[in-house]
Formats: sequence, C-alpha cells, structure tokens
Amino acid sequence: MKESSGRRRFLKSAAAMGAAALPASALAADPKMDHGAHAAPKRAAPSQARPYMFLSQTEVAFLDAAVSHLIPKDDLGPGAKEAGVTYFIDQQLFGGYGTMAKKYTQGPWPEGTPQQGYQSPLTPAAVYRAGIRDTNEYCKKTYGKAFDGLTRAQQDEVLKGLDGGKIELEQVRSQFFFNMLLNNTVEGFFADPVYGGNRDKAGWKLVGFPGVAAVYTTFIEKHNVPYRAQPVSIADITGKIAQVDEHGHAIHVMLDDKAGA
Amino acid sequence: MATKLKPVDVVTVGVGLTGTILAKELTDSGLNVVGLERGGWRDTHPDFDMPHAHDELRYAQRHELMQDLSRETITFRNAIADTALPMRQMGSFLPGEGVGGAAVHWNGVTWRFLPWDFETRSRTLARYGRDQLAEDCTSQDWGVTYDELEPHFDRFEYLYGICGKAGNLKGQVQPGGNPFEGPRSREYPNPPMKTSHAGALYGKAARELGYHPFPAPSANMTRPYTNPYGVSLGACVYCGYCERFGCEMGAKASPQTTVLPVLMQNNNYELRTLANVLRVNLDSEKKRAVSVTYVDSRGREFEQPADLVLLTSYVFSNVRLMLLSGIGKPYDPAANAGVVGRNYAYQTTSAVTAFFEDKLFNQFMGAGALSTMIDDLDGDNFDHAGLGFIGGGWVGAASAGARPIDFHPVPSGTPRWGAEWKKAAARYYNRAFGITCHGSCQSYRTNHFDLDPTYRDAYGQPLLRMTFDFHPNEYRMSDYLTKKAVEIAKATGASRVNAAPRTGKYSIVPYQSTHNTGGAVMGADPATSAVNKYLQSWDVHNVFVIGASAFPQNGGYNPTGTVGALTFHALQAIKARYLKQPEPLA
Repeated sequence: MKESSGRRRFLKSAAAMGAAALPASALAADPKMDHGAHAAPKRAAPSQARPYMFLSQTEVAFLDAAVSHLIPKDDLGPGAKEAGVTYFIDQQLFGGYGTMAKKYTQGPWPEGTPQQGYQSPLTPAAVYRAGIRDTNEYCKKTYGKAFDGLTRAQQDEVLKGLDGGKIELEQVRSQFFFNMLLNNTVEGFFADPVYGGNRDKAGWKLVGFPGVAAVYTTFIEKHNVPYRAQPVSIADITGKIAQVDEHGHAIHVMLDDKAGA
Repeated sequence: MATKLKPVDVVTVGVGLTGTILAKELTDSGLNVVGLERGGWRDTHPDFDMPHAHDELRYAQRHELMQDLSRETITFRNAIADTALPMRQMGSFLPGEGVGGAAVHWNGVTWRFLPWDFETRSRTLARYGRDQLAEDCTSQDWGVTYDELEPHFDRFEYLYGICGKAGNLKGQVQPGGNPFEGPRSREYPNPPMKTSHAGALYGKAARELGYHPFPAPSANMTRPYTNPYGVSLGACVYCGYCERFGCEMGAKASPQTTVLPVLMQNNNYELRTLANVLRVNLDSEKKRAVSVTYVDSRGREFEQPADLVLLTSYVFSNVRLMLLSGIGKPYDPAANAGVVGRNYAYQTTSAVTAFFEDKLFNQFMGAGALSTMIDDLDGDNFDHAGLGFIGGGWVGAASAGARPIDFHPVPSGTPRWGAEWKKAAARYYNRAFGITCHGSCQSYRTNHFDLDPTYRDAYGQPLLRMTFDFHPNEYRMSDYLTKKAVEIAKATGASRVNAAPRTGKYSIVPYQSTHNTGGAVMGADPATSAVNKYLQSWDVHNVFVIGASAFPQNGGYNPTGTVGALTFHALQAIKARYLKQPEPLA
C-alpha cells in the first residue's frame, strides 16, 4: 500500500493540529485500527495516522526503505515496514531511549575497544540523524539518488556495505549505525504494539508468540502440543477487548479448537 | 553542610535481599534500624500489575527495574595496561535499583554452593597438587565451611520458600534430586516445578548419557506458601516473565514477597528511599564507623550516626563504598598487597541451542527457574586430573520464557537479516531450546576493582573501575562443558546444534550473567581478605559487608542461595556475639 506524499503531508499537519494526535496505545486498542489496509475507509491507515515526533520526512523514507530489507514482506506475512517499525523507531528516538535518559553520558569519549561497548558521544537519536544523512550522501555520490530512490538491489548492496563495514560513513561508524538499526527493527517488529510497531501483531503472528501470557500451569506439561492463540497485547487488555482472569492474565482465544487449552 | 540526624543503632546501606533480612531480624531484637536505599519504593501492587508486567521492551530491553546509569555506573577494561571506559549502557550484567534490589528481577534459581567451593584452594592442592592451579590464581578458602553454613542455607530456603527435590538428606542420596549436593538437614519447603517439554527431552538424553538430571531449585512458588515470618506467596502460573520482570502473582520470592510486609510493620524500622549514600564516616583512628552521609532526592545532605553499619548493596556498591570511605586497605595488583577490590570474579557462561524439525516446545511458557539440570560437571564432582583446569558448572535446559525480541534462535549460517532470516526465525521460534553452561570463575591477581581516576558519578565521586578478563583455566573449563552440552544436545535428537563456546576477551557488551562476585572477600587471613568469616571488616569492626562481594571466587552456581546463607551466618554472629560485646569477632 503506497500513500502519496501529499496525503502524508496532510496527515502530518492534521497531527500537528491535534486531529490525529492520539496516543499510540489508544489507536492500538481500537480493533478497527488493528487491520492495516482493512481499516474503515474514512479513517487513515495506522501508519500515517500516527504522527512522527522525531523523524523528518526524508528520514522516514530512508527507514521505510531500509527496514523493508531487514525484515521483508513475503508470503509468510508483513515485513518491518508494514508492521510500523519506522514509527516505532521514531517513538523510541523521541523518548528516553533516543536521548540516553538512563545511560551514562559524561566524557571524555575515547573510542575504546569493542569489549568496552557503546562509547559514542552521540545519543541514539543523533546516531540515526547522522547515519541516515551520511548514508544518503554516500548513495547520492555513488548512485546519484538518495537511498529511498534506489532500486531494491542497490539498497540491498548499501545495507550489506554498512553491515560489513565496507561503506565508511563520516560521522558515525557504519557498523555501529547498522547494528543499532537492526536491533531497533527487531525490537519494533516484536515489541508489544503499544509502542507503535508490531502492527496487527505481525511479528507475534509470524512466530506464534501469544503476547500477554495466560495461565500456563496446566499446558506446560502438555509436551509437543501446539498452542495456537490469538495474540493479546497490553492495549487489548487496557481497552477491555481481551478477556482476563482475576489476576489480569489473558484468557486466550484459541485459533484451533483441537489445540485448545 | 550535612544535617546531623538522631543516632540509631543500625544503618543498612541498600534495601535488597540482605538488607531486608538483617533489618527484620535486628528490629525484632529491639534495635532501631534505618534502611537507606538509593532507588524508590516498589511493590507487587501496583508496580507489577497486569497487563504492563508483560512488556518485554520496557522491562527486558529498556531495563525499567535496573540501575540508572546516568547517575552512576562502573568503568571497565580488560587489562591493567588499558584505559578503563564507562559502561554507558547495560550489557553483560544488570544491577538492580530500588527497594528489593536485583532480587526483584532475578530468575529465582537458588543453589547451595558445594562443600568443595568453600575450600577450593586447600582441596585442590590436596587432590591434584600445586600444578593444577595457575601461578597467578588467587582463589582461596572462604574461612567458613559448608557444614557451618548448612543451618543458614536451611533458614534462607525456608524463608524464600525454595522449591526443589533434595538429593542428599543427612548424607543419604535421594532419588530425583541432585546427588552431588552437600548434605541437607531436611527436604526443601516446597516441591519442585513441573517439567517442560524441553526439560523432559534434555533430562532423558542426559540420563541416557549417564548423567543425573534433576529439577532446578527454584524461588518460583510451586504452590501458595507461607514462610516462617508469616508472609504468604502466591503460586507461579508459568507465564514466562521472571528475569528482568517483577512478578504480578507475588509468586517469585523477593524482599517484597517474603520480608518487607512484616518488616514495614516494625515501628523501630525506618526506610528512606531515594537516599544515596556517599560515604561511611570513620572515627579519627579509622577503627570505628560513626555515621553515614547521604543525599536525598531534594539534594539535602544528611549525616546519620549509627553504632553498626551494614553494607548491604550489590557487589559494586559495597566495594566502592569501602574504597570511598577508607575501610580496609585498597588492593594493589602490582604489589599483590591490600585487600579491598581484590579477587573480583564473574561467571563463565556458554550456550548451545538445539533445533528440531518435528517437535514443538512452547518455550514462551515457563518460569525463571524452570530448568532441568545436571551437576555432574560442576565443582570437583568429576576428576580433573590431566584436564588442565579446576571448577566446572551446571549444564541445563531452561524454560524461562521466550520473549521474542530476545529469543528468536536461528541455525548457524543463517544471515542476520532479510528473507532467509525471517524464514528461519519463523520456523524455529517454537522448534528450538537452549542449553546453558553456567561455569565457575577463579580469581586472579589482575582481576580486581579500584577507583577510576577519570570518571565520576552524579555526586562528583569516582566511579568503581573493573579490570577483568577470563584466564586459560576458564577457557578450558568452558570448552569442556560446552562440548559435553553439545553431546547432550545431539542425544536429544536435534536436527541441528549451535554451539557458542567462550572465545576471545571478556566483553561487557552482550548479556551474560548478573553474578558478579568478590572485591570485599571473606577469609581467615586479613592479608588476603577484606572481611573475616562473619563478614565483619577486619579494620573497622562495626562495619559488616554482606553479599556476593564476600565470595573469594565464584562457583559454578547462581549465587543467591549462598548470599542468603552468608546473611544468616553473619546475622547469627552479630546477634549472639557482636551486640553483647562489640569487638572484632575473629
């Protein structure tokens, strides 16, 4: 599903006026919003209904293209782009993760050894800003276009170059940027949908993870028996869409009666 | 200028597993106790309420319950010649913060160390001779034996409601338990956990290979339990959210679910949260602690006088506070002299993953300590002659919850991303389980703590500096365990097996274990230990330093059971002897 940039701009400005500035959790709690393309026609698809807080349009275009390679859409189901991973990353970069709220940020900042871990003076938000800009510069120089304008094969080549460290970026180490992007993509694909990714629980459905747990005291002893449940998110429970027991555990709706608990 | 407060009998610096037990027992004895905790208050309700308790990103990835590194962290280097740099984000280990400490977000695996562990050096020399130990190995005896600690293990296990099957009752080996464990005076207070599919398959394969599998000792309750303090815990529902999470059922033993409900009722106990202790103040001769200085959440500085100061924080904070306060002589690795900071050790972990085409495991179900283990390869439970190392570890298959951000195993050779990765992640998420090798770590002359010369905390005080790397003994031990784990994995009928043996330098980046030990180690000789066998500072006798900071080296076991036993052991000495006559106890 492709949205025109005009439509995106409209929604951005609508968001700025507050019309679409619902918290992600409120949207995820709405069952009509949980089906991407099948949403009611008068409402925007969720990817565009959610206002980006940190990323620019250029950065959104870059990330939409990049994450669609990291976890592609295929016959197994939606990929990272369709699952809203770009929006997830935006929200993370805007929040405590992006600003290193719980991390040690005092200098000095020598690069250190690989064993010493994260030693960048940049916050994750700044790493994305610099990494996207530098990668786009590299693409323009090499291919004449920004990353999102390249062919799939060219994009793949660039991502592999970042992953393997063959492409050198000016402001951040390419592998450092790539690993952060890959980690955040996996997070966005599998985190609870309240964070804006894992839309329609695409990541959970792919692997068969049921989300918020039910009571498994009995089933833990049913060895080699499939447990196929409709996954339950936090918002399904706070929005009173999913049933819970007296302790608040999900009462899973089984997808297949034969496998039922 | 610090405001001087009214004197109290006892201050605990840290309100976690050890600080709560000590405070409960000492307030019951009639003493006035103040607990100072750098983090905030938290409890099962409302802090761990459903459904937010099951948020992998918030708790497991963003470390909601763990230390705020923006205020204080450690610095790290592999070797003395390197420049230590700050641990800017969590990785290899996850220290807690807030009431309950790391005992809120732990898994709940609750071992007793082996009798051998407490006498590592003397038993190694007796059985194998001097050549079995590396030249620079500083592992030593603890100054206390398993038999002395047995009653205290027992008290801790009944307080925390540990679930398991005894393998050795008063010297008689029991079927179904761990036959290698030290003799216990009675059965566990609660029966062991149920067995998952992964555990059953692993146990069968291990048994066929001649090992002795058994259910891991667990602090995840297998039934509702009321402990000797009269505090009740709920029953575990195998939801799979233990490690890095609080338990919504109050079914994981923690200070909140075992001690705090009664401790908070004692009028002679006062808890002060968001109170960050800067130092212990000593008298002019540095023989006695007179008070502790702390800063509260409004920036006010207080001096709290106390007769007895108990350092009851995580390993790092215990050692750092000693160094900042001048309690004991700092360790100097060049001269191999001094004691505070000496013998930092860790856990030598490695992993094996078994993949199947025709079996499902539902590993998202489980509990932190739900695991089938073998202890045949731990400590000195097997003959080390000719192996070139000492020590070992447990090897087990856990079903501790398979949250998908963290757990999505793919066979070796699968690309890290793209369509092939996606296909493999989808295929094997429910068709694989991991086998953990949980190896010991000896102590060495170069592995130590001191104060960092460059980096400081939010209060302007130097950070603790860690110098650590694995040594040949640990690589050989880990290699041995990992190969055995691969053999077991193959015997389960796995179609493919990934092995991640321990290679290369120790890195602070990937998560390995929150089992950091040493730095204020116990022993019989003040030249090689910071505290005596009662965990009392050799130099400042009204300071006791309680926790895994006292371990002279680390065994192949999760430390909490032994930390609990040491707590009751120290407590008994404080109550029976020190309070009557405050003086050095050894």
